[in-house]
Amino acid sequence: MPLHRKDLLGLQEVEPDEIRLILDTALSMKEVLARPIRKVPTLRGKSIVTLFYEPSTRTRTSFELAAKIMSADISSISPGGSSIVKGESVKDTVATLQAMGADMFVVRHQASGAPHFIASQVPAAVINAGDGMHEHPSQGLLDMLTILERKGRLDGLKVAIVGDITHSRVARSDMWGLTKMGATVRFVGPSTLLPAEVEKLPVEVYTDLEEGIADCDVINVLRIQLERQERGLFPSIREYSSLFGISRERLRAAKPDVVVMHPGPMNRGIEITAEVADSENAVVTTQVTNGVAVRMALCYLFLGGAANVAAA
Amino acid sequence: MWLLLKGGRIVDPASGLDETGDLLIVDGKIAGAGKDTDGAGETLDVSGMVVVPGLIDMHVHLREPGFEHKETIATGSRAAAAGGFTAIAPMPNTKPAIDNRAMVEFILSTAVKDSDIRILPVGAMTKGMDGKEMAEIGEMVAAGATAVSDDAFPIANSDLMRRIMEYCRMFDLPILTHCEDKVLAADGVMNEGVVSTLLGLRGMPCAAEEIMVARNITLAAMARSRLHVQHVSCAGSVEVVRQAKRRGINVTCETCPQYFSLTDEAVYGYNTNAKMNPPLRTAADVEAIKQGLAEGVIDAIATDHAPHAPEDKEVEYNAAAFGTVGLETALPLVITNLVDTGVLSLSDAIAKMTINPASILKVEGGSLKEGAWADVTVIDPLADFTVKASELKSKSKNTAFDGMALKGAVVATIYNGSIVHGGETLRESKARATAGVK
Amino acid sequence: MVTDGAIVMDADEIRRAITRIAHEIIERNKGPENLAIIGIQKRGVPIAQRLGQLIEQIEGVSVPVGSLNIALYRDDFATRQAPVGKTEIPFNVKDKRVVLVDEVLFTGRTIRSALDAIMDMGRPAYIQLAVLIDRGHRELPVRADYVGRNLPTARKESVEVHLREIDGEDAVVISKSGD
Repeated sequence: MPLHRKDLLGLQEVEPDEIRLILDTALSMKEVLARPIRKVPTLRGKSIVTLFYEPSTRTRTSFELAAKIMSADISSISPGGSSIVKGESVKDTVATLQAMGADMFVVRHQASGAPHFIASQVPAAVINAGDGMHEHPSQGLLDMLTILERKGRLDGLKVAIVGDITHSRVARSDMWGLTKMGATVRFVGPSTLLPAEVEKLPVEVYTDLEEGIADCDVINVLRIQLERQERGLFPSIREYSSLFGISRERLRAAKPDVVVMHPGPMNRGIEITAEVADSENAVVTTQVTNGVAVRMALCYLFLGGAANVAAA
Repeated sequence: MWLLLKGGRIVDPASGLDETGDLLIVDGKIAGAGKDTDGAGETLDVSGMVVVPGLIDMHVHLREPGFEHKETIATGSRAAAAGGFTAIAPMPNTKPAIDNRAMVEFILSTAVKDSDIRILPVGAMTKGMDGKEMAEIGEMVAAGATAVSDDAFPIANSDLMRRIMEYCRMFDLPILTHCEDKVLAADGVMNEGVVSTLLGLRGMPCAAEEIMVARNITLAAMARSRLHVQHVSCAGSVEVVRQAKRRGINVTCETCPQYFSLTDEAVYGYNTNAKMNPPLRTAADVEAIKQGLAEGVIDAIATDHAPHAPEDKEVEYNAAAFGTVGLETALPLVITNLVDTGVLSLSDAIAKMTINPASILKVEGGSLKEGAWADVTVIDPLADFTVKASELKSKSKNTAFDGMALKGAVVATIYNGSIVHGGETLRESKARATAGVK
Repeated sequence: MVTDGAIVMDADEIRRAITRIAHEIIERNKGPENLAIIGIQKRGVPIAQRLGQLIEQIEGVSVPVGSLNIALYRDDFATRQAPVGKTEIPFNVKDKRVVLVDEVLFTGRTIRSALDAIMDMGRPAYIQLAVLIDRGHRELPVRADYVGRNLPTARKESVEVHLREIDGEDAVVISKSGD
């Protein structure tokens, strides 16, 4: 069962059979991660460029590790370290890197749709590593892998995503991925942090935390950023925390074995208490490990280029 | 010199005429029936075609001076002629802006030299279009400015806007306004709604337009000035204008083909050619725009022709320039989406592109009455017209309509009695017909 | 599974061949001590499991059996990506006498990949190779230690091994137009 596309730009357009393939492959990759010597020769001679217009230590490191475990050559380009600061257009930057023989671009950009633009410019595969407020598909996939491992299924689960939905690409990727796999997704957050016409999305919407997480199998807690307060979207971090912070008491509304996820980095004491973050319910470090496995799977599946795309 | 257009359907909304017949042009003027056709002249068979007054586009951007790599008065005028337009009103957001007498004179003198059609310069309301200090409006009027506009830089300061309106009342000058509350639009790059949510793009709510339409109408009523609302894009704005007209306020408005032909779904895939301001709205807004056109709430159809170079559009969506070219696609879009669908009669549609903009701008043209300027457009309403960006005459190819299969094509454009576009094809098709070649 | 080809080995012949190989493995290695059997996915795995059971029956000693997926070690990554299955080797290969098992030995490339994969997990004492069918046409210097049957074939022909654990029946089928 091959993929149907050259690039991974978002989970909105990805078919359920592709998601299954990626998750199955990622599960196999976990065996490699468990070995004493974590190295396979699969991607020797393949060149991967991470192009990060927005800083991100975690995602970038995860992709770099995945590529290195699979023996690909990986180069990292970011503002400050390249011509990006000189004002070169994205078009020219990627044309240059393509001419140097890049087989895959891993792109992080503050502008939604920037990976789409790059994908239209190059024959190499493009993996969206987070674009603006649009999607972060590898995060969505690692969240699904984590839930799948913990719960044994995705179908029929209730998953609440709590926090700043408007600005969250993770929320959008989780929504698409999980609903395609049969889960029910809830968006829970203050009304100023729910996006325009949220009622038209395939989710249930709540502005009350305890109602929102009631009877849930999984809660994904999003990071709240101080700049949202500065833009007048809520009055104070303190009030946000009292209304939407996940604490041990609040968690009682959910199922007893609820899985608590967080895409990181966590603001302990704000959107999640330290007690919950360090509890048996939390799977934050598993998410990080699974991130490497998912990104290995993405490198493996998408580096085949055209040969790997199902004939139309 | 004479030119006889023979056997066409003559549609002249200004005089209520819609009948098959001949139109005679002598020495650059529309001549009455039975006029002398001795001497040098030409007869063109336009049977099966529609003959209308030369179209008037009261809202274009020609980019000269300052951005000649996008468009010039010369290339813009040729694109306009190809689209059936014989008069166009370029907005003042050039570099430098058209904000003083010398700049208006520059536009007019360049037009004389370079343009195939009539150019109706529009001056800026404020110096440098910075929204702070009133420009020398009287001087610009004296130099030949047709109207003033704040296009692309709406004036946030209500007191300044009021004073400008009061000042313009002295000259009975049309005031063309781009209605947008920039604070509420908050760096948006498309319509605010479920599509912007899915694409993760910042939205511009309809309210940002409606608030400014309402403010400007309120101010114009107080200042007793003229007011023309540019490129109405959403249902709420149509309603605000409808109510104002019922209350007898002197307000007119235009929309553009994009706002009755496309929705924000055109942005999917981060299509930068669908990025414009005001943004493409929803299907419900498109319906309201059509309703407003049908009721006469919307008086005119303009293009907001906004040429941009490839480097302005071949970028990530957020960084792309706003606007689509529109001169060469306006008429087919009107025929396909308004006339053929029964929203407007052909005559009513043509009125919104001829006599209505002429009367809003208080300029001559827009009619086929005897003695009028012989600005005439010949249309084949049944012709298939597929938009091909690469074949546009405009210097810029950033069309939001690329690949669309439409009905209706401009066959010939006649300005001041001379054929400025399409003459060859009309003569060729006639020659083929004569030779019996299909 | 029905294929329009000629059956060259039936269930009994397959059973006898695997039984013989089990005896040969014990004989060659002078008993089952420190033996480990690794089947290459996917049809090497059931054969490896059968060999393991047979050796246990004969010697009364349990022999560890593993399942190896070689997708990450293939040399044709650029042209096709095999699905990555899960490798399950529930023992340390270090100092083991490993018998690698596959159903058909053809070009030798799969075996080369499998050898690399095993070596990445540790350093066995040695590795031997058991196959049900050796059909020739080697592209690498690979030779099997235990062979169920040598089957001369044309390059274009295809050889399919059906195993009851996967296909519901035991048979080896040869057909003309392999693709």
